[in-house]
Amino acid sequence: MSMSNEMGDFKTAHTLETFGFLPKFTQEEIYEQIAYLISQGWTPAIEHEHPSQSNNHYWTMWKLPMFGEQSLEKVVGELEACRRAYPDHHVRLLGYDNYTQSQGTSFVVYEGRA
Amino acid sequence: MSTKSYDAGVKEYRDMYWTPDYVPLDTDLLACFKCTGQPGVPRDEVAAAVAAESSTGTWSTVWSELLTDLEYYKGRAYRIEDVPGDSESFYAFIAYPLDLFEEGSIVNVLTSLVGNVFGFKALRHLRLEDIRFPIAYIKTCGGPPAGIQLERDRLNKYGRPMLGATIKPKLGLSAKNYGRAVYECLRGGLDMTKDDENVNSQPFMRWRDRFEFVGEAIQKAEQETGEKKGHYLNVTAATPEEMYKRAEFAKEVGSPIIMHDFLTGGFTANTGLANWCRENGMLLHIHRAMHAVIDRHPKHGIHFRVLAKCLRLSGGDHLHTGTVVGKLEGDRQSTLGFVDQLRESYVPEDRSRGVFFDQDWGSLPGVFAVASGGIHVWHMPALVTIFGDDSMLQFGGGTQGHPWGNAAGAAANRVALEASVKARNQGREIEKEARDILTEAARTSPELAIAMETWKEIKFEFDTVDKLDVG
Repeated sequence: MSMSNEMGDFKTAHTLETFGFLPKFTQEEIYEQIAYLISQGWTPAIEHEHPSQSNNHYWTMWKLPMFGEQSLEKVVGELEACRRAYPDHHVRLLGYDNYTQSQGTSFVVYEGRA
Repeated sequence: MSTKSYDAGVKEYRDMYWTPDYVPLDTDLLACFKCTGQPGVPRDEVAAAVAAESSTGTWSTVWSELLTDLEYYKGRAYRIEDVPGDSESFYAFIAYPLDLFEEGSIVNVLTSLVGNVFGFKALRHLRLEDIRFPIAYIKTCGGPPAGIQLERDRLNKYGRPMLGATIKPKLGLSAKNYGRAVYECLRGGLDMTKDDENVNSQPFMRWRDRFEFVGEAIQKAEQETGEKKGHYLNVTAATPEEMYKRAEFAKEVGSPIIMHDFLTGGFTANTGLANWCRENGMLLHIHRAMHAVIDRHPKHGIHFRVLAKCLRLSGGDHLHTGTVVGKLEGDRQSTLGFVDQLRESYVPEDRSRGVFFDQDWGSLPGVFAVASGGIHVWHMPALVTIFGDDSMLQFGGGTQGHPWGNAAGAAANRVALEASVKARNQGREIEKEARDILTEAARTSPELAIAMETWKEIKFEFDTVDKLDVG
């Protein structure tokens, strides 16, 4: 995502919700956010979708949510496997919170090349 | 069993309504009043008078009392406590039997509890500090039309507070210019914008025209950003009929949310509108004009924690709570006390937060706390710490006062928010490290850098008028 500003012009960007206004996360920053998600007791899960369909509530699930997963490497490994399988799709990481029956967090990790 | 005889005349209230041995039932509605009696009137008589006048009693005995069982229906003053640091006032705890109140009617509860008794001559001041609603009563109330979880799912907003702005100037914009201001805020990164509370349908901008232009602004911003957007279309009106007409049209133009002023509009209108929202899949944002008239005096009126509880029962998905850090009154501990009442499923008694009773909310959905009034980017780390994710951080001048306009102001708000959330998740103490976190984020956001420069000197540091009672 690029945000340019020339003489006060703000260019609208396709920002895709949480963390869409920050620079792309480094590998270390992705690890930190996964660690936070797991420390909250949430279940990591991955979804992907073609950018043309990204307005839908439902994106396609990548495998099942990773119930009980504590390994940051395994979560990152699945994120990368999803991106390799669907290089033109957006890939997002979410944390299922079974207490609130909602998602504790959700953010796009990789943007599709479309 | 009729064993009493009729004895006309005036009795002391405490003979019947002061019952210090009473153990409240789980089904009783409990209330805590801060009482300041006239000099010379004993505390137990004052407490009993409050119990009587807010339940079954009147000043003189009447014969028809003997046709019922007042022992079953009467309110009972069952405890008196000193107010820390205040020798002239005391707390009176009163238990009301469940059958005194119509199911699902906050109007009925308040008409009893804060009715005639507040003008009672034996009292100099009276303040309703807290109500414990029994779970049996809560199950009769509709509550929030959607609630926190459903709103997040509908709007696809997770893992952070939401961002909003009230469109300024408050009054005087034409409908098309108003929609422009909305569009600029939304495309710049805010989740929602808001009608100011006194925007209804004035000559300069009639409601229908506003709704149409705002509807277009929302749709365009959604298409361009790939994010869900909304604008609280204020449907507060002179009559319920007019209110519902506006609500229907708000739904027609595609807004996910409407807005109501619950105190000036009244609980009857509010509960009805909440029911309409539930049936129509709309969210309901609640403003609180007039609250400070009722809740600001420390010895008289109704504490806002009671009004917040009543709103959660009457129905609303967002409620203004003050900001702690901005331009409007609000003590931090006390604010956190009623924010809990909006969002949690169980809140234990905690006098350090002004919470007088355990409160079980059962399965009632939660309400987003709205922090609004004089806030800007420098406040963001503190706001995220104080209010957490289940909140709506609502800017005004702090978005639209940006030197480059609304879109840039919105982007500055959003970058500051996301940088604060990211840092919090990394385990940093974001209130202490606010300057570092925002300065780092501003390196890649010229909009934030300019915003930080614009508002660096603005603070609102006055002491609060209504403090918690401490010794």
